[in-house]
Amino acid sequence: MSRDAGRLSLILLFMPFVLWIGLLIILPQLGIGYYSLREKVGFNQFEFGLKNYVDFIGEPVYRNTLLRTAWMSILVTILALIAGFPVAYYIAKIAKERSRAALFLMCLIPLWVSDLVRAYGWIVLLRETGVISTALVKMGIIGQPVEMLYNDITVVMGLVYTVILFMIVPLVSTLQGMDDALLEAGYNLGGSRLTVFRRIIVPYAMPGIVSGCIITFMLTAGSYLTPILLGGKNSSWFTEQIYNQFITRYNWESGSAFGVSLLVFTSFVVWAGLRLTGQSLATTVAKD
Amino acid sequence: MKLKFRALLAGTALVLATGAANAETLRLLTWGSYAPDEVVKMFEAEYPDIKVEVTFSNNEEMIAKLRATGGTGFDLAQPSHDRVYAAQLEYNIYKPLDLSKIDTEKMTPNLLEGVKANTTIEGEVYSVPHQWGTSGVMANMKLAPDVTGWADLCDEKYQGRTSMRLRRTILLGTAFGMGMDPFALYADPAAYQDMLDKVTEKLIACKSVIKTYWSGGDDLSAMMLSGEVVASETWDSTAFKLYGENPDIVFVPPATGALAWIDTFTIPRGGEADDAAYKWINFVLRPEITKLMSASTGAIAAVPNGIDLMPDDKKAAISAAFDQSDIDNLKFFANIPPGIEDMEGLALERIKAAN
Repeated sequence: MSRDAGRLSLILLFMPFVLWIGLLIILPQLGIGYYSLREKVGFNQFEFGLKNYVDFIGEPVYRNTLLRTAWMSILVTILALIAGFPVAYYIAKIAKERSRAALFLMCLIPLWVSDLVRAYGWIVLLRETGVISTALVKMGIIGQPVEMLYNDITVVMGLVYTVILFMIVPLVSTLQGMDDALLEAGYNLGGSRLTVFRRIIVPYAMPGIVSGCIITFMLTAGSYLTPILLGGKNSSWFTEQIYNQFITRYNWESGSAFGVSLLVFTSFVVWAGLRLTGQSLATTVAKD
Repeated sequence: MKLKFRALLAGTALVLATGAANAETLRLLTWGSYAPDEVVKMFEAEYPDIKVEVTFSNNEEMIAKLRATGGTGFDLAQPSHDRVYAAQLEYNIYKPLDLSKIDTEKMTPNLLEGVKANTTIEGEVYSVPHQWGTSGVMANMKLAPDVTGWADLCDEKYQGRTSMRLRRTILLGTAFGMGMDPFALYADPAAYQDMLDKVTEKLIACKSVIKTYWSGGDDLSAMMLSGEVVASETWDSTAFKLYGENPDIVFVPPATGALAWIDTFTIPRGGEADDAAYKWINFVLRPEITKLMSASTGAIAAVPNGIDLMPDDKKAAISAAFDQSDIDNLKFFANIPPGIEDMEGLALERIKAAN
């Protein structure tokens, strides 16, 4: 009797999770997968086949945009790691116990504002008649206003700003678990700062680095607003192509194929990244 | 006791049911500014049993939304006249109108006939006109006095100072600017593709001249008012609004003809409040409401004296932009045959991805 009750409460506890995963993630994915295999042969006539994928591979515009998106996402991930690691290390190891929470909160505050508002914040700062350009002209540093929006550097910067928090949080939580005695032992045994960093800190932080990189890469590759708003005339982003297929071309079939391709491709990049750096999910993210 | 409880329940259910029937909801799917708060309040005051819910959208999203739900979720939509026919044929998302319930005699006859001709399928009419306007070019006359048409947007004289929206309008406008007639080629996909290829080449070459593509009326307004952009493709309504703030910014109907659109009233197939929808249609075409509506949208109502019913500042903007020959030269968007938008979509993506 009590065993049944225990089982029941376990099932009930799992229910929200199962419903969420099942209804909001697995089911839509299956739907997208199904759509992507439908070929439009005429007016409301469909056949099953791989034509949507063949079209995707055959059109250089789509291939190149996907590669460009992946390459820029990798760049954003690396920059977020370089910029985020010192911040995380400071919060976890150097800052005093009392200021730690405040520092962490300061990292969180930008997230309280939506992506859209933050992107417009950048636009106000960087546009030709914006705050920075006007200030530089007034100070006499530059002769005439410069346009800082609408290029790839701005997009990368905006994306790093948007995702860096998702790098910092896992890093902080991993680094917090590190015993200071390890560092002291390292120095006592004659290790230089670099050696201690390379041989002790980085290996210890590896689970945080790997999960942070995966999260930021996936978020960046799937982001929509920041690249569109900051990017301007030359910034194709793959999510925009998916939107175009669904909304402006009414072509759900090929839009679905694009969606599946993005998922498969980004998963492949993550897998390749793990292989290249000699890591595996079992020894990092899933390590207890 | 149990019986009493049941009776109580049944009573409550009845009250709830009749309550729901009393307060009907009219779910509008329309363009930003096409349902000003003031008008909604006046409508609800006149018909206290109808509550209006507004969702703002655009042509593409309207179709995508209704397609996703099979035409349910909204009671009245406002797609442009050229976007109804193919969407209805392909996705079956609208239902025929009962013209006897609409005061069609109050609408401008040629616009009404035009929309009817565009949206009649198997003898049934699906749309009636609401407001119309045009797409063309706007220019800051102080900084770019020589702008006369689509081709000027790609003139190197204005290096880094022009803008456009990367949608089908600019493809059509550029085609007209190059001396072609896209509407005449609609029926012949091969010839249309050939035209699109030429337009694509032209617009890719044009990329070095333009500053950026605008995506909504607000960012276009910001760029024009700050002087960052001196000439841009635009909706006339956006240009009329800016004229109120800076009279140097005027709408320029391109020499080849401004492209004219008519936003319609069309009822989704799963609409549940047809009567309320008809009441709304008749309500917003009353002269006093039309005036409020045009003040908010900047578009011209499809009633015979539509231009006179514009607020004064917009009237001034229109007379600064159009003379009779421009109005005679309007090019109304022709019905888009199925498949054309897919071809245009690829062209737009090629332009966006080119360097």
